[in-house]
Amino acid sequence: MSAGDSAGLVVIGGSHAGHQVAIAARAAGFEGPITVLSDERELPYQRPPLSKAYLMGKQPREALLFRPAGFYEEQGIDMRLGVKATAIDRVAHTVSCDDGTVLPYRKLAIATGTRVRPLTVPGSEMGGVHYIRTLSDIDAILAELDRVKSVVVIGGGFIGLEGAAALKTMGRAVAVVELADRLMARGVGVTVSTYYADHHRSQGVDVRLSTGVERLTGENGHVTGVVLSGGETLPADMVIVGIGVLPNQEIAADAGIDCGNGVIVDEFAQTSDPDVLAAGDCAQFQSRFYDGPLRLESVQNATDQARTAGATIAGVEKPYDAAPWFWSDQFDLKLQMTGITAGYDQEVIRGDVAAGEFSVFYFKGDTWLGTDTVNSPANHIASRRLLDAGYRLSKAEAADEGLALKDLVKAARKGG
Amino acid sequence: MPKVTYRHHDGSEETVEVRAGTSLMLGALTNGVDGIEAECGGSCMCATCHVYVDEGWLDKLPKVQILEDEMLDDTAAERKPNSRLSCQIEMSDSLDGIVVELPETQI
Repeated sequence: MSAGDSAGLVVIGGSHAGHQVAIAARAAGFEGPITVLSDERELPYQRPPLSKAYLMGKQPREALLFRPAGFYEEQGIDMRLGVKATAIDRVAHTVSCDDGTVLPYRKLAIATGTRVRPLTVPGSEMGGVHYIRTLSDIDAILAELDRVKSVVVIGGGFIGLEGAAALKTMGRAVAVVELADRLMARGVGVTVSTYYADHHRSQGVDVRLSTGVERLTGENGHVTGVVLSGGETLPADMVIVGIGVLPNQEIAADAGIDCGNGVIVDEFAQTSDPDVLAAGDCAQFQSRFYDGPLRLESVQNATDQARTAGATIAGVEKPYDAAPWFWSDQFDLKLQMTGITAGYDQEVIRGDVAAGEFSVFYFKGDTWLGTDTVNSPANHIASRRLLDAGYRLSKAEAADEGLALKDLVKAARKGG
Repeated sequence: MPKVTYRHHDGSEETVEVRAGTSLMLGALTNGVDGIEAECGGSCMCATCHVYVDEGWLDKLPKVQILEDEMLDDTAAERKPNSRLSCQIEMSDSLDGIVVELPETQI
C-alpha cells in the first residue's frame, strides 16, 4: 500500500453531506488527518435559504455558513476550497485534484452532490438564464435583479416554486411553466399540488401546467421571452430553470465503484469498495421506507447519511435508518413532508384544505407511506416519529380528527 | 453590539456579540459556539437549535408561536418551560446580556 501513515480521511465535496462527514468522523473518534475538497470557493454553507431568505435579502451571506473558518481549524479539518477532485486511484489509495495535488487516503468519502439538469432548448445559453443551486448562482441572479420586471420559472418543483414565491414577493411579475399536469408531482400528492397551484395563482403567479418550452427568445444575447409549446410567448427578462438535478457520480463510476442512479451504498454508507463511502444527494441506497433503490435530495438525508458515514469511518456502527423528511417554504405556507409517498393510491385528509391548514396521509393498499402537512407541524412531527417507530397507521386512524397522533407516538414508543 | 452568553452543559460559558436582528442560533454558529446543530438552517423545522432561556429573560422574548411550540415537542433533550428554539429568537438591544443554556444533546 502506498498510502502511508499520513493518509487519513479525504472527503470529496464540501456541502451539507461533505462537511458533516468530516465533523461526524471527528466526533465519533477518528483521529487521523481529515481533508475536505470543495470545488466551490465558499466554506460549507446552507443551501435551503438560497431560494428563500438569501434571495430575498433577509439572511446575510455570512449567516449562510455552517461554521466559521476557525471551527475547522480547531477540529483539525483541512478545508481545501476551489479544488476539484478529478480521479480516484483505488489501488494506490489516492485522489488526484485539478490543482495538481495527489492526496493519499485511508478512507475516502464521496459527497459530490448533484448538478443542475441544464435546459437545452434553443436560446438556453443566453444571458439572463439562471439556475438555483449554488451561492454563486444566486449572486448572479441578485446582480441582475434590479433591472428585472418579468421572470419565467421553468419547472414547477420545490426549487422553482420557492424561487417564484420569493420573486413574486419581491414585486416581480412571475410565471411558472411546468410540463407535468400538476406542481411538485414527484414530491407530493394531488391535493397538495392543486392547493399550491391555487395558492400561487391567488398570489398573482401565472401558473401554466401541462406546458412545455419550445425555445427562448432574446435580444443582443439576453433573454426576452419564453416560447411555450402552444406557441404563446411569455415575456421574460429573467428565466430561472429548475428542472431537476443529476448525481455527480462520474468520479466514482470511473474508478469502478458500483453506481446506479447515484453511488450505491449500504446502510453504513459504504460503497462497493470498503475504503470508500458516499453520502447525501449523490448516494443511492435501499430504505425500509421505499420499495426500490432510493436517492434523496434533501437536508435530512445529507445530514443523517453523513453522520452514519462519519461513524463508519471511525469504526462505529450507526446504520442509517431514519424516516425521510423534507420541507418547502413558499409564501407564508409551511409544507412539510415525511416518508416516500410516490406510488400512493389513496389520500386520507385531515384538517381544512380550503383554509390552508391540512394533512394528507398517503396509502398504497392498506400500507401507510407517509404524510404531507401544510401549516400543521404537529402532524408532521408525529408522522415522522411513527414512521421511525415502524408504526402501521390505519386509514381509520389517519381519518380520525379526534385522535391526536402524538398520543400514538407515545404508545408506539412504549410498545417498541 | 448586544451580547449573548451561551452556557454549555458542563457549565462553561461563552459570551459573544450578536448583531440586533440576528437569531441566537446564527449568533452561536457564526461565533463558533458549539452545541447547536441547526440542521434546517433556521426554518423552524428540525428542533436542533434548542436552548433553555435563563430565568428573567423569558418574559422579554416574543411569545412562542404555534410552529415553534409544536417543534419543541420534538427536541432531543427534555422540553422544559424555558425551552425555546434559538432560530426563533431575534437579538435586540433589549436582550443585551441574555443568557441561554445549551442542552446536553440536539440529536
